[in-house]
Amino acid sequence: MVFARFEPGGDRYQLVENHAWIKDFGVRYELGVDGIGVALIGLTALLIPFIVLAGWHDADPLETASKRWRPTQGFFALILMVEAMVILSFEATDVFLFYILFEAMLIPMYFLIGGFGDRAHSGSDENAAAQRSYAAVKFLLYNLVGGLIMLAAVIGLYVVAGNFSLTEIVEARANGSLEMATSTERWLFLGFFFAFAVKAPLWPLHTWLPNAMGEATTPVAVLITAVVDKVGTFAMLRFCLGLFPEASKWATPAIVVLALISIVYGALVAVGQRDIKRLVAYASISHFGFIILGIFAMTTQGQSGATLYMVNHGVSTAALMLVAGFLISRRGSRLIADYGGVQKVAPVLAGTFLIGGLATLSLPGLAPFVSEFLVLVGTFARYPVAGIVATTGIVLAALYTLVLYQRTMTGPVKEEVRALPDLRARELLVVAPLIAVLIFLGVFPKPLTDVVDPAVRHTMSDVQQKDPQPQNVEAAK
Amino acid sequence: MNPVNYLYLAALLFTIGAAGVLIRRNAIVVFMCVELMLNACNLAFVTFSRMHGNLDGQIIAFFTMVVAAAEVVVGLAIIVSVFRARHSASVDDASLMKL
Amino acid sequence: MENLIALLIGAPLLGAAVLLLGGRRLDRTGHWLGTLLAAASFVIALVLFVDMLGKGAEDRALHQTLFTWIPVGTFQADMAFQLDQLSMTFVLLITGVGTLIHVYSIGYMEHDERRRRFFGYLNLFVAAMLLLVLADNYLLLYFGWEGVGLASYLLIGFWQHKPSAATAAKKAFIVNRVGDMGLSIAIMLMFTTFGTFAFGRVLEASDQASEGKLTAIGLMLLLAACGKSAQVPLQSWLGDAMEGPTPVSALIHAATMVTAGVYLIVRSADIFNAAPDAQLVVTVVGAVTLLFGAIVGCAKDDIKKALAGSTMSQIGYMILAAGLGPIGYVFAIMHLVTHGFFKAGLFLGAGSVMHGMNDEVDMRKYGGLRKYMPVTFVTFGLGYLAIIGFPGLSGFFSKDKIIEAAFAKGGTEGWILGAVTLLGAAITAYYMTRVMLMTFFGEKRWQPDAEGHEPHPHESPKSMVIPMILLAVGSVGGGAVFEFSGFVEWLEPVTGFEHGHAPISAAAVTAATVAVMVIGVGLAYLQYGRGPVPVVAPRGSLLTRAARRDLLQDDFNHAVFVTGGTHLTRSLVYVDHSLVDGVVNGTAAAVGGLSGRLRKLQNGYARTYAVSMFGGTAVLIAATLLMRAV
Repeated sequence: MVFARFEPGGDRYQLVENHAWIKDFGVRYELGVDGIGVALIGLTALLIPFIVLAGWHDADPLETASKRWRPTQGFFALILMVEAMVILSFEATDVFLFYILFEAMLIPMYFLIGGFGDRAHSGSDENAAAQRSYAAVKFLLYNLVGGLIMLAAVIGLYVVAGNFSLTEIVEARANGSLEMATSTERWLFLGFFFAFAVKAPLWPLHTWLPNAMGEATTPVAVLITAVVDKVGTFAMLRFCLGLFPEASKWATPAIVVLALISIVYGALVAVGQRDIKRLVAYASISHFGFIILGIFAMTTQGQSGATLYMVNHGVSTAALMLVAGFLISRRGSRLIADYGGVQKVAPVLAGTFLIGGLATLSLPGLAPFVSEFLVLVGTFARYPVAGIVATTGIVLAALYTLVLYQRTMTGPVKEEVRALPDLRARELLVVAPLIAVLIFLGVFPKPLTDVVDPAVRHTMSDVQQKDPQPQNVEAAK
Repeated sequence: MNPVNYLYLAALLFTIGAAGVLIRRNAIVVFMCVELMLNACNLAFVTFSRMHGNLDGQIIAFFTMVVAAAEVVVGLAIIVSVFRARHSASVDDASLMKL
Repeated sequence: MENLIALLIGAPLLGAAVLLLGGRRLDRTGHWLGTLLAAASFVIALVLFVDMLGKGAEDRALHQTLFTWIPVGTFQADMAFQLDQLSMTFVLLITGVGTLIHVYSIGYMEHDERRRRFFGYLNLFVAAMLLLVLADNYLLLYFGWEGVGLASYLLIGFWQHKPSAATAAKKAFIVNRVGDMGLSIAIMLMFTTFGTFAFGRVLEASDQASEGKLTAIGLMLLLAACGKSAQVPLQSWLGDAMEGPTPVSALIHAATMVTAGVYLIVRSADIFNAAPDAQLVVTVVGAVTLLFGAIVGCAKDDIKKALAGSTMSQIGYMILAAGLGPIGYVFAIMHLVTHGFFKAGLFLGAGSVMHGMNDEVDMRKYGGLRKYMPVTFVTFGLGYLAIIGFPGLSGFFSKDKIIEAAFAKGGTEGWILGAVTLLGAAITAYYMTRVMLMTFFGEKRWQPDAEGHEPHPHESPKSMVIPMILLAVGSVGGGAVFEFSGFVEWLEPVTGFEHGHAPISAAAVTAATVAVMVIGVGLAYLQYGRGPVPVVAPRGSLLTRAARRDLLQDDFNHAVFVTGGTHLTRSLVYVDHSLVDGVVNGTAAAVGGLSGRLRKLQNGYARTYAVSMFGGTAVLIAATLLMRAV
């Protein structure tokens, strides 16, 4: 519905809602969407139904262990709560409101990770429960620390600016009525960035993600990486760049380096994983490196690419991870070594898995290619060396994806997988639309770029950056 | 007589009381030492009242006495019931709150 | 007319989609559908070709824009096609040879239960390859480039229940990805230099960019070409790729996909013309690969791997020619097309032999097959004569031209390159004669396999024989047709052409070429034709043993990249677990430890608390007094 009412060419923020909330501090319930927000809201609204459908049986009460009965309705209620908060946070244009949502999201996520674990666990039940609660607590603590530092920065921002409204602050900064001391701006920027970097996650603040994704049920893992983490990268784009343009430029070299480390490091560690879900988690870390790289490349291509990347990565990871989840639930193991020759037994499952994998390695014709290439071009235009280093990521992505595919799907059929059934109708219903979206956006991404492009130009003008011009622009004309 | 001498006495009594609270184990003795400290304070209040020539200190002294009386009632009752339950009035034995 | 271009790609793409999504219902008819759509594409290509012939040389190029693909700021990529003479040549080769191989596969894959899927992949390949040669900008070319890589991956690993096939497929894709890195960096460089990556505008503007930039772009394009065309140092995947079904080796790994690198370089002619350093590197890569592939081809006993070495070597010729600049482009393409004919024919012949020999690939277990498979023998023999450059056959014309052009490069370089190409021609004659003699001549050497089945060599079915005959006709006549029908004039508007001035006369070069060929054949005859061939390979010289292992390149890769990479990833996993995560867990442990210490203070003795209260009060009072005093 939001999509229908949003006009790409119109004002920057549309569908604005504005109510006073806590009058004393000028906290307002202020909502509005720009193109970037719309794209991500679209992603969230698209994915959640599939996540719910994919997790249809994941929270069913266990017959065998009656004491570990788990409320099925609660599972879906929590997912929907997360959805609501994520969408609101994509819309919030009040910094304080955003902070509240950013933190409140943790509560349902904590219960989703800690309360509903992956049943395919190699250890005993107690062992599984212990690891699960370790993962959940780790997730919570990481994000809380980030959130608290952000709270300090939010308060600091209020002290400096006198209100919480993103639109007003950005405007005031643009017309020069709000001056910030350089060091103040930098500290506030770091406060915000730290929280977002934990959420995103950026190296070296990433270690909660593999644990959380490994221990949670697959739909929840998809929820974390495909939807919730996007809030982090989205907030970098909207808040960090919008509120602190100067500090963003100041911090760019360091962030670019961190993003590059994320890309290469995530991919290399992914190659060495033995657990399918952790492998996908590290692959995601590598992809988040690309997104952050695109945002801080400060070029139209980079930022548009980063926004598209958020959407495309959401869809592609969802496709790959959900198929992997179907596979795992059949065999009851997350270890790559426990599989082999699945292709022969369940060709449709293997085929969809391969397409998900190919999307992960950014094959042209599938959506992630468009965004990855835009990020690379955008980065290369400003930082050629960084662009080249990031390009090695495409080789590494091929490596971890194909190694995973080869070890699980090809080769002689293992005895334990001989009886695996192929995808069922419900599962196909989950995967097929996602693949269709991947192919459609890979061949014809224009609808999405049209929505995103104007918003990116606004952001670019906020940071007062222009695209580097081609050296031979005269010659080209 | 110089009123300061009363203050010295009050300080002495207070110190004796405090030392008693810290050193003795018998709850009754600890309790009496607390009373001693309260009375030292009373003495100091009255002395100051005299020195400064207004009655506020004396009024507070009365309040303290009332509080002390109430405290004795409650405190002794607790000590007696603890003694009945454990056959001991040692302060150190009552350390259940320790983690 | 231009609207037909999209249809050209659309037909096989439709085939791929229908066959792959259609499910088991299409198992019985799928292969016909796939073949039909490939043939339809060929017919469309013929129509376009005839139309193109009817036009003047300058306005033969057709353009079709479907829609804007990626529009972001100044970054504009269109889904647009360009069909000029160069593309047309490729389109005819791809659809023509492609259709023949579809027909061949009907027979070859008859007993495979997944034949429908095989045809789906083949159609996908044809569509992607057409996209590659029809794209009108580098990004769309990249799309096709990776598309053929995917099809190649799927087809090499078609028998993926064999771990060797799955590994080979993965290796091919990953090595190709290294090349793709080069292509994407080249595109990025173009974008930052010219603000565009459409062929027309980049190539027009290429003379105005600095030479350093152009050299960088050229080298990156060369890296891409090395990956796709199996040139040193990225050649290692091609030998392993022979794990795929033989029609795949013929179509993808001999006739079409592996030549995409040559296409890329010739297409970017203007960039290379303005960057002589890059050109020099191209010729060096071509020359090295030419010898490398030839030497490897001499030592292999696996018939397909011997042919793969030969493919590498022949593409080396093409790359070398493309590196020579305007004097070589046309001949690179010419050799590419003739090679497409005779090498596809040779592979199909090899496939036919394997079909009759229970999928045995070791040539030492063949021998004397000419009696059992006469048609295969004749067609393979014609392909053989073509590749060694027997006068009058297609390989003779195209290879002779390249050798001539190499000499015409001038200076010391010209002499070196000329000598290398001549040496290559001699080795080519040697190893191809070896293959020929070991397979079709001498005594029969096959033995019953472990289960006691003795192979019964027999001629292959018609669906396999007819494509072989047609390709043999192409191998025989192709060169002469090109030579006398004005191929040079046909391509010149696109690639440019200059007559080279060789330091020695053309006739002398031809004579030398024929002479080295005779020497090569003679040597091989002396070694393999006169006495019996041992069934078990002799130990061989150091060079032979190295060549059997692909001149140790795989061992090098394994030692450096695989082993090194494994260690790197293992240590990174360890670092991630113990160091990065450890710092965090360490912080948590430190906080926990601190609170443990603090907990000890709460010992439960009321008197301890009282002491701290008194102490605190005393400190407070002291502080107050102190503040007063100050």
